[in-house]
Amino acid sequence: MKQKKFSLIAGVVLSVIGGAAALADDLKIGMITTLSGSAGYLGQDVRDGFLLAIQEEGGTLGGTDVDVLIEDDGRKPENGRAIAERFLERDGVEIMTGIIFSNISPVVAPLTLRAGRFYVTPNSAPSQFAGKKCHENYFAVAWQNDSLHESAGLYANSMDYENAYILAPNYQAGKDALAGFKRYFKGEIVAEVYTQLGQTDYAAEIAKIRAAKPAMLFHFLPGGMGINFAKQYDQAGMNDEVPLVVAAPSADINILRAVGASMVGIPNSSHWNHDLENAANTAFIAGFEAEYGRSPTVYASQGYDTAKLIASALAATGGKVTADMDGFRAAMKAADFDSVRGPFKFNKNNHPIQNWYGRVVVERDGQFVNQITGTIVENHGDAYADECSM
Amino acid sequence: MNYTHYSRFLIGSCIALILLPWLFQAMGSSYLISTATRLVIFAIAAVSLDLLIGYTGLVSFGHAAFLGVGAYTVGILSFHAYEETTLMGFSGTLSGLIAIPLAIVLSALVALIIGSLSLRTKGVYFIMITLSFGQMLFFLFVSLEKYGGDDGMMMFDGRNTLPGLNLNDRIEFYYFCLAWFILFFWFCTRLVRSKFGRTLAAIRQNEDRLSSIGISDYWSKLQIFVIAGVGAGLAGALSANHTEFVSPDITHWTRSGDLMIVVILGGMGTLIGPVLGTFLFLLLEEFLPLILHSLGFDLLSEHWRFVFGPILILIVLYAKFGLYGLIFGRMR
Amino acid sequence: MTQLYLEQLLNGIQLGMFLFLVSAGLTLVFGFMNVINLAHGSLFMIGAYAMALISGMTGSFLLALILSLPVVALSAWVIEVVIISRLYTRDHLDQVLATFALILFINEGTTILFGRTPLFLDVPPLLSGSVSLFGVVSYPLYRITIIGAGLAVALILWIIIAKTRLGMQIRAGTTNRETVEQLGVNITRLNTMIFVAGAMFAGFAGALAGPLTSVEVGMGENLLILCFVCIVIGGIGSIRGALLGAITIGVVDTMGRAFVPDILVKFLNPAAASGISAGLSSMLIYLLMIVVLVVRPTGLFPVARGS
Repeated sequence: MKQKKFSLIAGVVLSVIGGAAALADDLKIGMITTLSGSAGYLGQDVRDGFLLAIQEEGGTLGGTDVDVLIEDDGRKPENGRAIAERFLERDGVEIMTGIIFSNISPVVAPLTLRAGRFYVTPNSAPSQFAGKKCHENYFAVAWQNDSLHESAGLYANSMDYENAYILAPNYQAGKDALAGFKRYFKGEIVAEVYTQLGQTDYAAEIAKIRAAKPAMLFHFLPGGMGINFAKQYDQAGMNDEVPLVVAAPSADINILRAVGASMVGIPNSSHWNHDLENAANTAFIAGFEAEYGRSPTVYASQGYDTAKLIASALAATGGKVTADMDGFRAAMKAADFDSVRGPFKFNKNNHPIQNWYGRVVVERDGQFVNQITGTIVENHGDAYADECSM
Repeated sequence: MNYTHYSRFLIGSCIALILLPWLFQAMGSSYLISTATRLVIFAIAAVSLDLLIGYTGLVSFGHAAFLGVGAYTVGILSFHAYEETTLMGFSGTLSGLIAIPLAIVLSALVALIIGSLSLRTKGVYFIMITLSFGQMLFFLFVSLEKYGGDDGMMMFDGRNTLPGLNLNDRIEFYYFCLAWFILFFWFCTRLVRSKFGRTLAAIRQNEDRLSSIGISDYWSKLQIFVIAGVGAGLAGALSANHTEFVSPDITHWTRSGDLMIVVILGGMGTLIGPVLGTFLFLLLEEFLPLILHSLGFDLLSEHWRFVFGPILILIVLYAKFGLYGLIFGRMR
Repeated sequence: MTQLYLEQLLNGIQLGMFLFLVSAGLTLVFGFMNVINLAHGSLFMIGAYAMALISGMTGSFLLALILSLPVVALSAWVIEVVIISRLYTRDHLDQVLATFALILFINEGTTILFGRTPLFLDVPPLLSGSVSLFGVVSYPLYRITIIGAGLAVALILWIIIAKTRLGMQIRAGTTNRETVEQLGVNITRLNTMIFVAGAMFAGFAGALAGPLTSVEVGMGENLLILCFVCIVIGGIGSIRGALLGAITIGVVDTMGRAFVPDILVKFLNPAAASGISAGLSSMLIYLLMIVVLVVRPTGLFPVARGS
C-alpha cells in the first residue's frame, strides 16, 4: 500500500517536472489564456474555437500531429511568465498563442520571440507590437486594438451623427478605443470620459450624458462593465434619448443574452458575425454548436481562425516550424486559409487587413443576435503599420 | 522546540537553495530556476510583512503598496533610460547601483508617511487604513498614463546592470536574489532577537505596560513599519527585474491579501514560517493544476481553485501554527 | 444645472442605500461575533444567482425575490456550521485566510455549476421606466425601489435591535460577550442566527442588484472593499454608522465621478484632465477614510466595548 502511494507520488512529481514525454514527436503549441475571473469566458471561447479546428481534422493541424498545452494565467503577469518559461523550456513549445489581455502579452511575447519561437495572438494586440516593436515572428490574427473602434467611428459617420459623447474605462485598451473612434469620426466630440475599471454603478455618468444632450454615445465597456452599463442605460430611458454606436466587444452574444430585449436595435461594428455567408463560417458555426451546445462568440471565431491559420502554414511546410523558420514565417504571412470572416490578409506588420461590417441587434426566435447590415469599410489595415520597419 | 533541529533545518535549506540551480540543470529543467527566483523574491516580502503581523501584532493590509514603490522605481528609471528622456531633470538609468538603493530609499520614505498616519489607529481600523493607502497607490499607478496606466510598462532594455554581474543570466540573477534574501533573513533574525525585538514583542502582548516604563510604542512601531516597507520595496525592485515588466497589478489589494495568506499559512511570528508559506502557496498555485491533470482529474485541473480553497481551510482549521507548527511542533 | 446637481445627489444617496444593504449584514456579523467575513461578497453573489435562476424558471420577479432568501439562508447556515463556527475563538487573521479560501471555493464552484457567462436578469415591467420627482428630475423607478428597500431594511433592523429580546442580546453581545454567555443564552444558536441573518441581508442586496448589474462570478468582491470602507467610517458594529457611512461613501463617490472632471478641466487640457480625474475620483473615498480615521481613529460612531 505504502509503496503504491509512493509510486503514485513519484509519478505525479515526474510528470510535473518532466512534462509529457510520451508525446515527444508531436508539435507542441502553448496556449496561455485567461480562464478564471469574470473575463474567463473570453479565454474559454478562444480555447474552444482553437480546439474545434484541431478536432475537425482528427487531432492534427494541416496534417501535423499537434499537442496543445493549455494553462490559465489568472490575469497575473507573473503567472504568465512562469507558464511561458515552462512551455518554452520544458515542453519545447514552438508556437505560443491564447493570450487574451494586454497586461499579459508584454510579458509573454518578448520571452517567446527571444527564444526564437512564434507568437500568434488570437485577441490582444496592443499598439507597440504593431508599430515600433513589430517583429517578424509576431502575428496578430484578430485585429489591432484600435481598429475595432476605428470601424465604429466610420460606422457612426455613415449615420451622419454630428457629434458624439465617448466613454471608456481608464486603462490602455480604453484609451486606445477612444483614440481609435476619434481617428475617423468626422463629427465633434462633446466629451471624452474615463470611468473606473470594474465599475458597477454608472448613474453619475448617465446623468451627465443626459445633461450634455449629445447626438450619439460611443462606449467601450467590455464584459461585466458593459452589462452593468447597458442595464442601467436602458432603465434610465436613455436608449431613446441618446442612441448608441459601439464596437463588437460591447455587443457580444453573452452581453446580449445577459441584458436582453433592451439591446435590440443597437448598431455595432465587427469583423465577424454569425450570418456572414461563406462556407468556412457555416461549417464553423455548425461544428461549434454541435460540439459545445452553445453559440460561438466573436472570441471563439478568433480562436478558430488562429488554428486554421497555423494549420495552413503547417501544411505548407510539412509540419516544420522552428526547423524551417523562414518557410513557416512566409507561409504564415501568406495567410492562405479560409477565414470565417471572409477576405483576410496580413499587413506588413503582421496585423490583419480585413473588412469591417455594420451589425444591428435583432430578436430572432426569442434569441437576441446581431444581424449584418452592410460593409463599413473594406480591406482596412491599422494606423501603426507605417511605424513598423519590417 | 528543539533548537538544533531548527538550525539544522536552516543550514540545510540554505545549502539546498544554493545548490538548486545545479540540481535543476542536472535534471534538465533549468526553467525551474525562474520559479525558484520568484519564490525567493516573494519570500523577502512575506518575511518583511511578518515583522509587522507576527512580531509586532500590526496587521497591515496594504503591504503590496511597497512592492509597487520598489517596482515602479526600477521601472520608471528603466523607461526613461530607454526613451532617453528625463524625469524632473534626472535622466533614467539601468544601473542597479542606483535603481535598487533608490527603490529602498523611496519605499522607506513612503512607509514613513503611511506609517506615521496609520499608526494612530489600532486593530481593525489599522487594517482598513493600510488597505486605503494601498488602494490609493494602486489608483495612482493606474493613472500614470505615461508609464502605461493600467497595462503597465515593459523594461525594453532588460534587467538592471551591475558591475561584474549579468542579471539577464538566469542563474546569476537567481544568486543575486538569493543573496538579498539571505541578507534580509539574517538581518531579521538579528533584529527579532535584539532588545528592539523584545520591545516589539512587548508591544504585541500588551501595549499599556510599555508606555508606563517610558518607551514610546509609537516610535518603535514606526521604525518596524519602515523596516518592513523597505523589505517589501526591495522585493518589488527585484520582482520588476524578474518579470522585466511593471504594472499596477503588483499593488492590487489581492496581492496584499496573498502576502497575508502566506504569512498565516506558514506560521506567523516565525521567520521561517512565511518562507515555507510562500513556497507552498506559489508552488500549489503553479503546480496544482498540473498535479490534478496528471492524476486524471481534468475538470478539477481547470478549476483547481475548487481544490485549493478547501486545502487552505483545512490548514487554518487544523494546523494551528501553520506549516511551521507542522514541521517544528507546537511553538517557538 | 440645479437639476443635474439634484439628480447626482439622488444618485449618490441611491448608491449609498445600496451599499448599506450589503454593509448591514457585514457590520452585524463583524460587530457581534467579531468575525471578519471576506466571503460576505460571495453570499451577495449567491443571492443574485438564485434570483436570476429562479426568475428564469418561474418568470416571476417577486417569487424569485422571496425564494432566493431561503437559498442564501441555507448556504449561509452550511457555511456557518461547517467553517465559521470554528473561527469565533480564532484571531482575525485566521478568519481572513479561511474566508478568503471560501471565496475561491464558492467562485470556482459557481463557475463549474453555471459556467463563465453572465446570467440574464432584467427589471420587471412593473418597476421599469422612470417617474418624475418634484416635477424636475425624471428618475428610474427601480432605483427608487432600492432606496425604499434600504430604508425598509434600516427600519426593520432598528426595530429588531431596539425593541426585541433578540436585539437586547445582540446589543449586549456586541459590547460585552461574556455577559450574554452568563445570562444563559444559547450562544451557539445565537451566532448561527445572526450569521444567517447577516447573510440574508447580503443575499437580498444581491437579488435586488441583479437587474441593475451583471450577474457573474466574482460580482461581490469589488463591492466588499467598498462595504468595509462604509462600516469602518461609520464605526464597526453600529447599524446607524453603517447607514451614515454608506450614504457618505455613495454621495462622495458619485459626486467625485460627476464633478471632479469638470473642475479639473478648468486647469488642464481636456485629455489630461479626464485621465487624471478618473484616477482621482477613484482615490477620493480612500482619502476620505484616511482622513476620518486619522481624526477619529475608531470611526464616526464607535460602539463602546466592555471587554
